[in-house]
Amino acid sequence: MDLFEHQAKELFADYGIPVPRGIVAHTVEEVRAAAEQLTGRVVVKAQVKTGGRGKAGGVKVADDADDAVKKATDILGMDIKGHTVRKVLVEEASSIAEEYYFSFLLDRANRTFLAICSAAGGMDIEEVAHNTPEKVAKVPVSPLTGVDRAKAREIAAAGQLPEKALDGAAELIEKLWCVFVDEDATLVEVNPMILTTDGEVKALDGKVTLDDNAEFRQQDHEKFADKAAEDPLEARAKEKDLNYVKLDGSVGIIGNGAGLVMSTLDVVAYAGESFPGKPRPANFLDIGGGASAEVMAAGLEIIMSDPSVKSIFVNVFGGITACDAVANGIVSAFKLLESRGEEVTHPLVVRLDGNNAQLGRQILADANLPRVELVDTMDDAAKRAAELAAVGA
Amino acid sequence: MAIWLTENSKIIVQGMTGSEGTKHAKRMLASGAKVVGGVNARKAGTTHLDLPVFGTVKEAMDKTGADVSVVFVPPAFTKDAVKEAIDAEIPLCVVITEGVPVHDTTEFWAYCVAKGNKTRIIGPNCPGIASPGASNAGIIPADITTAGRIGLVSKSGTLTYQLMYELRDLGFSTCVGIGGDPVIGTTHIDALEAFQADPGTDAIVMIGEIGGDAEERAAAYIEQHVTKPVVAYVAGFTAPEGKTMGHAGAIVSGSAGTAQAKKEALEKVGVRVGKTPSETARLMREIMQSR
Repeated sequence: MDLFEHQAKELFADYGIPVPRGIVAHTVEEVRAAAEQLTGRVVVKAQVKTGGRGKAGGVKVADDADDAVKKATDILGMDIKGHTVRKVLVEEASSIAEEYYFSFLLDRANRTFLAICSAAGGMDIEEVAHNTPEKVAKVPVSPLTGVDRAKAREIAAAGQLPEKALDGAAELIEKLWCVFVDEDATLVEVNPMILTTDGEVKALDGKVTLDDNAEFRQQDHEKFADKAAEDPLEARAKEKDLNYVKLDGSVGIIGNGAGLVMSTLDVVAYAGESFPGKPRPANFLDIGGGASAEVMAAGLEIIMSDPSVKSIFVNVFGGITACDAVANGIVSAFKLLESRGEEVTHPLVVRLDGNNAQLGRQILADANLPRVELVDTMDDAAKRAAELAAVGA
Repeated sequence: MAIWLTENSKIIVQGMTGSEGTKHAKRMLASGAKVVGGVNARKAGTTHLDLPVFGTVKEAMDKTGADVSVVFVPPAFTKDAVKEAIDAEIPLCVVITEGVPVHDTTEFWAYCVAKGNKTRIIGPNCPGIASPGASNAGIIPADITTAGRIGLVSKSGTLTYQLMYELRDLGFSTCVGIGGDPVIGTTHIDALEAFQADPGTDAIVMIGEIGGDAEERAAAYIEQHVTKPVVAYVAGFTAPEGKTMGHAGAIVSGSAGTAQAKKEALEKVGVRVGKTPSETARLMREIMQSR
């Protein structure tokens, strides 16, 4: 889960990391109140979970409360790389002497953690890293030894931070390491980390990504969830514990196993290219290895309530749960839906393969379910599902 | 012949007394694997599935001669279970558990390296390893394929099964599911190296998916070190940027890590990449039949 800047800064503040005073505002009225409370010059910052806000005009300095309202009027509702600005952070303006870059992240390729530090921070850090990589220090950090004050100072020095900033930066870096470890983060980024004209080192921005796998020991992370931005179908699927991602096509997809479902999306998109309108997958839905009747019914329900879906492709490989069990699951799912007064109105293409495939297909054929077609191979079934979506079924 | 797991492998199950551990220990036994015991500190001295339960991995190894451990313990306890296996220096530790925090995986990996890399870790969040007809450590359904001379390495479970099934008449030496998490113990490259060295393997199927750059690095490795034919499949061409598709590792951010980039990297070094799993199976069939 990615955090908003204001959430990252709240987290930083909990760890004693210096951040500017700031107040979140959702309306211009709230912006005025916030600016009046903070007094003096403020910065109005769009809260979106994407980079490049500054360049998109989502960060503006305001001289007073009237000016803050003016700036916020432009920023609220703005679209930044497909993200609508629903709130802003109104923050006291900092007197910046220098801007640095700092982050801790997971280095997948080397299977370790990495600290990245540079004296050349700010909006153009990616260009700096590309054109003058020697200005960006990348220091591996072992999870076994971690980061103490001495190591933090070593990292800051490697990033060529000036002597006058080293103590402050080392303290900040050591605390960021605590955030990174204690909160199960996979990314903690501060860009810019600033040296103020008063000689203080502060986090002027914050990007944090938290590991969803750690939810069991990070129960308070739930408060960071962005309910407003969730797709309503995805939110409903989540309530039913379904692994569902909404996409923009017209072929509903149900399958078992993340890899197989991802592959199914590709095969459908590929098959769709030869039909009018080039139908594409409408969603990702992994019902897991078990493929029980309840999960199948819940999945069908979610997919059928997506108005853009024209046909549905159920793609199951019977491994541990053999195909006859999966077929019985589909039959029961139809009965379950019928009993709730929800008829299956979409054409359904089913491909069953693997253990007891023949038996599974026989069960489905005998059940004579309305609008269900059995196709033996994944490629042919994808073609048929795309074709049905193309004709509008 | 096979890699890492043979008919002589003696398997213990960490977390055997739990529901998943019980279910899959039974399946492993039914498929002919030599499961020799389980580990659960709280149930040491008892028996489960007619097998002894030991207090520690070390004790289980001393008493049974086990050389493979399969881990089914819940995510909160996985790190400690794997570290215990590393301390006991068991040669192979297969971590099936899904949902392990990446800080824990990174830590036990660093621990393994610090202890001199005496334990090969497969996973976490993987289906395990099967050498058809010889042994089976994990949750791969053993009965969907046969023994043969194809090696398979894959990030995805069900895609592994799909390929094993489509090529069941030709058969496999060993199938390794390395898992789709951002940090994993055994990589595509480790498996490619072992298959290249294995006299029982003639050709290799490699299945990748979006996220990270493991496939790109595997391509570079193939160019330098692999002379056996390799066919590949990459899942995730249609996955939108920034959305996680079930596997924590299958997340695309920016241009690197896309399915297209991986396919191009593999094709550049002469690996034939199938558009669909079935086409990938056909490509492998052509190679095996032309031998």
